[in-house]
Amino acid sequence: MLEADNLECVRGERRLFAGIGFRLGAGELLYLQGRNGAGKTSLLRMLIGLLPPVAGEIRWRGRTIRSGEFRADLCYLGHLNAIKEELTPLENLLAAARLADEALSEDEAIDALEQVGLAGREDLACKYLSQGQKRRVALARLVKEKRPLWILDEPFVALDVAAVDWLAGIISGHLQRGGLAIMTTHQLVDIPAGTVRELRLG
Amino acid sequence: MKDRFNLYRFASPATFYPLAGTLIPYFVALAVLFGLAGLYLGMLVAPTDFQQGEGYRIIFIHVPASWMSMFIYLVMAFWAAIGLAFNTRLSGMMTQALAPTGALMAFLSLLTGALWGKPMWGAWWVWDARLTSELILLFLYIGYMALTAAIDDARRADKAGGLLLLVGVVNVPIIYFSVKWWNTLHQGSSINLAKSSMAQTMLWSMLLMAMCFWMYSIALALMRARTIMLERERHTDWARVELSGHLTGGEQ
Amino acid sequence: MLNVIVAVVVRDLRLAMRRQSDIVSALFFFVIVVSLFPLGIGPEPDLLRKLAPGVLWVAALLATMLSLPRLFADDHRDGTLEQLALAPHPLGLVVTGKVIAHWLVSGLPLALIAPVLGLQFDLSADALIVLTGAILLGTPALSGIGAIGAALTLGVRGGGVLLSLLVLPLYIPVLIFGAGAVDATVSGLGGEGHLSLLAALTFASVGFAPWASAAALKIALE
Repeated sequence: MLEADNLECVRGERRLFAGIGFRLGAGELLYLQGRNGAGKTSLLRMLIGLLPPVAGEIRWRGRTIRSGEFRADLCYLGHLNAIKEELTPLENLLAAARLADEALSEDEAIDALEQVGLAGREDLACKYLSQGQKRRVALARLVKEKRPLWILDEPFVALDVAAVDWLAGIISGHLQRGGLAIMTTHQLVDIPAGTVRELRLG
Repeated sequence: MKDRFNLYRFASPATFYPLAGTLIPYFVALAVLFGLAGLYLGMLVAPTDFQQGEGYRIIFIHVPASWMSMFIYLVMAFWAAIGLAFNTRLSGMMTQALAPTGALMAFLSLLTGALWGKPMWGAWWVWDARLTSELILLFLYIGYMALTAAIDDARRADKAGGLLLLVGVVNVPIIYFSVKWWNTLHQGSSINLAKSSMAQTMLWSMLLMAMCFWMYSIALALMRARTIMLERERHTDWARVELSGHLTGGEQ
Repeated sequence: MLNVIVAVVVRDLRLAMRRQSDIVSALFFFVIVVSLFPLGIGPEPDLLRKLAPGVLWVAALLATMLSLPRLFADDHRDGTLEQLALAPHPLGLVVTGKVIAHWLVSGLPLALIAPVLGLQFDLSADALIVLTGAILLGTPALSGIGAIGAALTLGVRGGGVLLSLLVLPLYIPVLIFGAGAVDATVSGLGGEGHLSLLAALTFASVGFAPWASAAALKIALE
């Protein structure tokens, strides 16, 4: 479903990588690996369509990713949490869903926050939460996420052991429903999935 | 995909650099030629103006400089549009190479305007619609140069600068007409810089000077573009060859 | 389409309400700058009446500039901007929403307080009405054009000063027609012509600027 051909990335004057390509089908997971500065985040930004590749092409369902259709199928979680400090976790979730054109009821949002262990903190402004808790607010988006392609940049950072297990379960469930996932990670987490691919940069 | 590839080749720095190098001397020669002819006609042949005396001769600098300052902005906007549409590297380098010359022309136009204004109207500065627009044009040049200088990544600087130029070029006519409107409301009649009854020789010398400024701008922009190119492409093979040639003092 | 704009406006207004001090500071900046002019010029009512439109408008431009650097910077810093750029609808719609929200918290308060400040300058009732109308009509253009500058300078060092350098020259037509409307009313010529030109500027810039800003944001996000 997602195909990348012969991608080349130049940042500043340095060529980070060239000739990168892969195919990813339904239910498959792709691990991106590589040392710091190898271009993992740049490749992710290419795959989500924010960074145009110097050479090469990326296709989703056979068509170029520079379209609204692709973005409607994409769920991206960057290393920034994309939550507003002034808003409560609940408001953050609801606002994010509305801005992404997704249907999310208040009950579903509360349920998602409970699952990430933030029960009772729905109405506390996010600036009063710890780093790990903020990360959980960001991850709570994934609980009700129905879109087929997940691209996650270091999703396990700042999480405790229990949360890592929980997130692995969420990703695994997504793959079992026929979703696709691409992620960078330094911790190798065991995610039960049909096919796990690896791509090493640099 | 195919034609984009061709455009890349056409505008590739490796081909453009030597081409510009051969063209520069011709443009310099033309600038000197036109300049000498224009100055001769303007300073020695053109008659003394019965109203304004000898001082009027500064228009042979003032008017061509004003023309060039506007023309260069349009050329920059043109390159910017090409750059944003086809993602060519050359266009960003050309806009950045043109900007200082454009700003210089705008500044020259303001300076000569002031020098002319003092003996003619008794004031260094009058809020004439054209002078005011020229000042705003200088602001636009400075804004462009400040923006591109503040962004470290060359490609981002090119794109952001290009977008600013396109926004600017849409706004320039709006600004010009609003300033004109403002001027007619506040001053009644504006002072006309270009006298209507212009002697034939005056017109000719003005045109020759305009050609001189034009050739000078092209030569300078090409020189600057070559420098920018070498700086940006210093890690490529052709630029290395070029740079090592300069280091050993030999010509290519 | 409208949903997106409304969602952005609601979110940005809610954020602004949780940070009211920003709105209030910009408003007080406007009040203080305007109040300083008579101290620098002298209290003669004739002179003040003549200067009032220009002073109020220039102060309004500067007050609008104050809140512009944060228009996208906060969303950029916490990663929300990426999410907005990845949403299925065009980014231009999101920016339209942000421009509307920016106007509601920066331009609208200026228009509401301007008549009070106009009294300090001995403006007549007619002139005060036109002044309020002109600021209401013109400030959306300031937010729109300002959004382009804010997007271009996003994450650039010295962004705030650079932003003023880029945007203030583009504000000149709004200044001319905005101040001109009040001026024409004071001198008895009627400000309708100016006001309709101001409205045209606002329509053009609110329609066009979000798309230019969206292009600039995409450049900044690369």
